[in-house]
Amino acid sequence: MQATALIEINKLNLFYGAFQALKHVSLEIPQRAITAFIGPSGCGKSTLLRTLNRMNDMIPGARVEGSIEIGGTDIYAGDVHVETLRKKVGMVFQQPNPFPKSIYDNVAYGPRLHGITKKRELDEIVENSLRSAALWNEVKDHLKRSALSLSGGQQQRLCIARALAVGPDVLLMDEATSALDPISTIKIEELAQELKDRYTIVMVTHNMHQAARVSHQTVFFLNGEVVEYSATEKLFSDPSDQRTEDYISGRFG
Amino acid sequence: MSDSSDKGSPLTPAPGSGSGARSSPVTARGRNAFARTTGAAARNDRLFNVFVWAVGIIVILFILGLLFMLLRKGLPQLSWDFLVGLPSEIEEGGGIGPALFNSFYILFLSLAISIPLGMAAGIYLAEFAPDNRFIGFIRICVEGLSSVPSIIFGLFGISLFVDIFHLDLTILGGAVSLAFLNLPMLTRVTEESLRSVPTELKSASFALGSTHLQTIRTVLIPVAMNGIVTGICLTAGRAFGESAVIILTAGVTTSGELWDFNLLSPGETLAVHLWYVQSEAIVPDAGDIAQKATAVLIMIVLAINLVFRLPLWMKARKLKG
Repeated sequence: MQATALIEINKLNLFYGAFQALKHVSLEIPQRAITAFIGPSGCGKSTLLRTLNRMNDMIPGARVEGSIEIGGTDIYAGDVHVETLRKKVGMVFQQPNPFPKSIYDNVAYGPRLHGITKKRELDEIVENSLRSAALWNEVKDHLKRSALSLSGGQQQRLCIARALAVGPDVLLMDEATSALDPISTIKIEELAQELKDRYTIVMVTHNMHQAARVSHQTVFFLNGEVVEYSATEKLFSDPSDQRTEDYISGRFG
Repeated sequence: MSDSSDKGSPLTPAPGSGSGARSSPVTARGRNAFARTTGAAARNDRLFNVFVWAVGIIVILFILGLLFMLLRKGLPQLSWDFLVGLPSEIEEGGGIGPALFNSFYILFLSLAISIPLGMAAGIYLAEFAPDNRFIGFIRICVEGLSSVPSIIFGLFGISLFVDIFHLDLTILGGAVSLAFLNLPMLTRVTEESLRSVPTELKSASFALGSTHLQTIRTVLIPVAMNGIVTGICLTAGRAFGESAVIILTAGVTTSGELWDFNLLSPGETLAVHLWYVQSEAIVPDAGDIAQKATAVLIMIVLAINLVFRLPLWMKARKLKG
């Protein structure tokens, strides 16, 4: 790994009731790079992503063993404030999910939650976030319009802008392009490439070509376990595990 | 993506493929391959269309006709004197001032009590209540209470305020009893509206680091507002026209003054006055008063709906702009 690790996952087990969704997962995710999680449906890749901002906390019966350290702090420790964690670890979902509010209010939503009320300050955050999400030029003249009037791809970039507006260090993308058309998908991928210089990006994807195009490291999951974790180039050209080779060559999954 | 091994089905069925035998291939020359089909499905579809339109038109005509008949006699005769005048027991020309005032006063008081309580209970049931049998039982109770006949609430009010608190028939008793009547309805509507907010929006808010309270306040309630306001409108309209509860708990008389804010005055409302003049009053113009009071009652219920919905419409229009 060329960069230093920002996220260290150590012997992580996750249970939904009696079902074990993650088994002894240990990973180091490098800073300011794109790491992709791939694997068939139900392999635990989204579950692991959701432990990183503790969105699994809301699922009744979910239980975690082991540790996840982000920047040296165990995020499951008792004194961790989950709202502050989520501020630092942003998330973009599979379906674009803008609030039924104006474009401006969508982006300003997070900063307002965290106590920013001055209009000048908010204006600046909104503009910077929309610029970072490569959406500013398309929406700058109608920020007061409903976010729902945007196309699917624009909505997803708006959701990225909304996540960036609270100033995260990590951006989690949970199959963020799977509901989008190919052109919107390429735009989001290009955006991820730009953002990786400033943010640590972890993306879950169903699309192996996307992982190969975009990411630096790829993790292959199967049945809740990490099968292989290596540089993307190596994983796709010279996998060291037979199961990885079977999956990426399309023999199952 | 070169690895797509999609065995796409051909556009036209293979020759002699059984089921599609009756339809000719789209490439057949000399006729419209997409002509209207004549089977039972198409006929039923057209019949259903006609049926739905007919029923729709009949229902709308019925409602408009009803409104016209109710307003026809009363509306043209309305005058300011009638609206603010004092009622008369014996002579002609009595007004509905105090009853009209009491209607608004009691409606306002009852909503001021029941909206916060009902919404709080609805929020609790939708967002905080654990998923167990006890809560399920509570939910059935709320559902049951919202369809209990209003006279039961009236009898409950009379035993509470008259028998236990010895308060007599008062505006206070009427307003609180009316609030009890509204509560289950408001609780249900709030819970249902909150539950219908997509979970994706909730997740989005939590993922930005909001607390549960912030999510409820800034996402769930605004998104659910349309449904909640519809519920408040229905409740307010029903409460404004409610008579059984008021007759039993606030009485059929007024203090005889127009702007009487005293909570312990008797509190006859417009709906009760309407019942009173039609059944008990001995004034010669009772019929006219009833017609005019009806018109006022209907116009106000329509106005209540308008007033509650106006902010929502304006907000929706602003977002479109």
